Amino acid sequence: MAGPKPALGAWQDPSAAPLVEIRNVTKTFGSHYAVDDVSLTIYPGEFFSLLGASGCGKTTLLRMLAGFERPDAGRLLIGGEDVTELPPYRRPVNMMFQSYALFPHLSVADNIAFGLRQEKLPRAEIRERVAAMLELVRMGDFAGRKPDQLSGGQRQRVALARSLVKQPKLLLLDEPLGALDRKLREHTQFELVNIQERLGITFVMVTHDQEEAMTMSTRMAVMNEGRIRQIGTPSEIYEFPSNRFVAGFIGAVNQFEGRVMEQRDDLLLVRSDVAGTELRVRTQQAVAPGTPVVVAVRPEKVLLTTEQPPPGDNSLSGSVEEIAYLGDVSIYHVRVPGGALVEAQLTNRARRAVAPLTWGDPAWIAWGADDAVALLE
Amino acid sequence: MPSPSSSDRPQRGRRSLRQRLHLGRGTVAGIPLLWLGLFFGLPFLIIARISLSEVVIGLPPYSSLVDWTAAGLLEVRINFGNFLLLVQDSLYLDAFENSLRVAAVSTLLCLLLGYPMALGITRVREGLRVPLLMLVILPFWTSFLIRVYAWIGILKGNGLINNFLLWLGVIDQPLHLLHSDFAVYLGIVYAYLPFMVLPLYATLSKMDESLLEAAADLGCRPLCAFWRVTVPLSLPGIIAGSLLVFVPAVGEFVIPDLLGGPDTLMIGKVLWTEFFNNRDWPVAASVAVALLALLVVPVLLFERFREKEQT
Repeated sequence: MAGPKPALGAWQDPSAAPLVEIRNVTKTFGSHYAVDDVSLTIYPGEFFSLLGASGCGKTTLLRMLAGFERPDAGRLLIGGEDVTELPPYRRPVNMMFQSYALFPHLSVADNIAFGLRQEKLPRAEIRERVAAMLELVRMGDFAGRKPDQLSGGQRQRVALARSLVKQPKLLLLDEPLGALDRKLREHTQFELVNIQERLGITFVMVTHDQEEAMTMSTRMAVMNEGRIRQIGTPSEIYEFPSNRFVAGFIGAVNQFEGRVMEQRDDLLLVRSDVAGTELRVRTQQAVAPGTPVVVAVRPEKVLLTTEQPPPGDNSLSGSVEEIAYLGDVSIYHVRVPGGALVEAQLTNRARRAVAPLTWGDPAWIAWGADDAVALLE
Repeated sequence: MPSPSSSDRPQRGRRSLRQRLHLGRGTVAGIPLLWLGLFFGLPFLIIARISLSEVVIGLPPYSSLVDWTAAGLLEVRINFGNFLLLVQDSLYLDAFENSLRVAAVSTLLCLLLGYPMALGITRVREGLRVPLLMLVILPFWTSFLIRVYAWIGILKGNGLINNFLLWLGVIDQPLHLLHSDFAVYLGIVYAYLPFMVLPLYATLSKMDESLLEAAADLGCRPLCAFWRVTVPLSLPGIIAGSLLVFVPAVGEFVIPDLLGGPDTLMIGKVLWTEFFNNRDWPVAASVAVALLALLVVPVLLFERFREKEQT
């Protein structure tokens, strides 16, 4: 079933029918709010990631979609049907477990056939569909093996095949690449996206690895302490974080605390003591003067020069305190007079053994008003 | 101060250490072998030898296999008559059959009772598991014989159960509970249940709970997940527990003797009668040898199953 490439941006299409609707769902364990009033809509064909540190509630949310946990409040809808009270075996959903949860007493083929046997399908059809799945995950030669005779990567592929063979509307993946070593993980990321696009099944993945979420997802939700802090495409979340938590969680960021002095159309003038100067940042929202605000700018957006840059939006002078040479890029920490330590990332485009800047050198850093974001939360 | 002799010394020391380790390993493996040879192999050979002799009046009450005759001939007399008797006299065959049936039914009852118990213990919260397991093991703190005698007090005509039922008015004649097949089954199931529960608990508690979630996720209701995941995965425990109940139950003597009726025919009781009442050691010995041969079969089958599991 080689469906069309998922229509990117289904969440922007007002006429699109959502596949998953999570409405004000709350789940507590004792007095601890694992999931706290979460609402989320996922559209068909999406590869949606729930991203957060361990204990942020992402796995609990996934387990509620699978039916292993019942929400204390709120509703869960899949394909327009309320599944809140449905047990796992009645949901049009399959899950790939973090531990893979392969049945140790069954062969690879029998593991994959488990769900189909449950539907009392004819033997020939089961055989056919299992063979197709084995081919999809390139495990045809291992059909007769038991799980404990497989490598970690092979087990992962069997688990994927087993969860896909019933052609669920929605596939849930709990840290699907967590147990693989780094090299295999990168390779498998692309394979997983490839399979998702070929089958057209909606994927919801839980991960703590931001790089993984950025690489694979159409959209992602960043979670913290049981709440969703931001939902968006990877680039929206990286470039336009809506709050300090998201800005700090995804990638590196320089944050300057300050107060709004005035707003000229969409340009915000911010007085920041730590930066030691007035910062300019573009924003779409209206902010009253005096409001505390954080100006956030990514290290790779910061320009580092030895000479004073031409007058622009933001430029600060300081001295180089630390240099980290990573091969492709170098990271400089520059102390500015206000006391802030600013991180700037430079791509090493030219080959040279000696860096143009060294510890203690005076340096200028600069960035445009469009390159930073103003964070109010 | 690196001199040739000093660099030699640790090597020599290492070699002798390895030899000592080897020796140590041999000793550790040898102790159980020695134990088995001394307290199982040797007695078994004696019993096997007696089973091939004839009964005589005297001490010992059996003939010797090898004799020097006056003519200087070495005479070897091996008597297979005892084993022939086991096949020909229906008493022994009936007793074997009865024992196997009682043991099989008791094993099944133990499994049916023990499985929910073991499964239940794995499902309660952590802090409750050890106390519950303790309750399973607790009866071992009292002598086996005393526990069987206690059942006499419970089951007899004016025992606990009958008196209670009479007091309730449910019955007006005491029930015949003691000295019946029912009492034998009750006694065996009661005495051997822990041997079923413990191995079952050991395998069930090792089971990964996410496997049941995976089964549910793939469309299995709880009962289906039980049959398709829990039971197959606990098979080693089921087999080990069944053997631990079945094998001793076949040869059980005390329970049928104390709780069974006069017509409760079990091979352990026959063995006792031949030995002590009839003083026919050769027949008693041949019953013992036959019983052992019979019980080796399921144990070997279990071993083969385990080997198959490992490959």
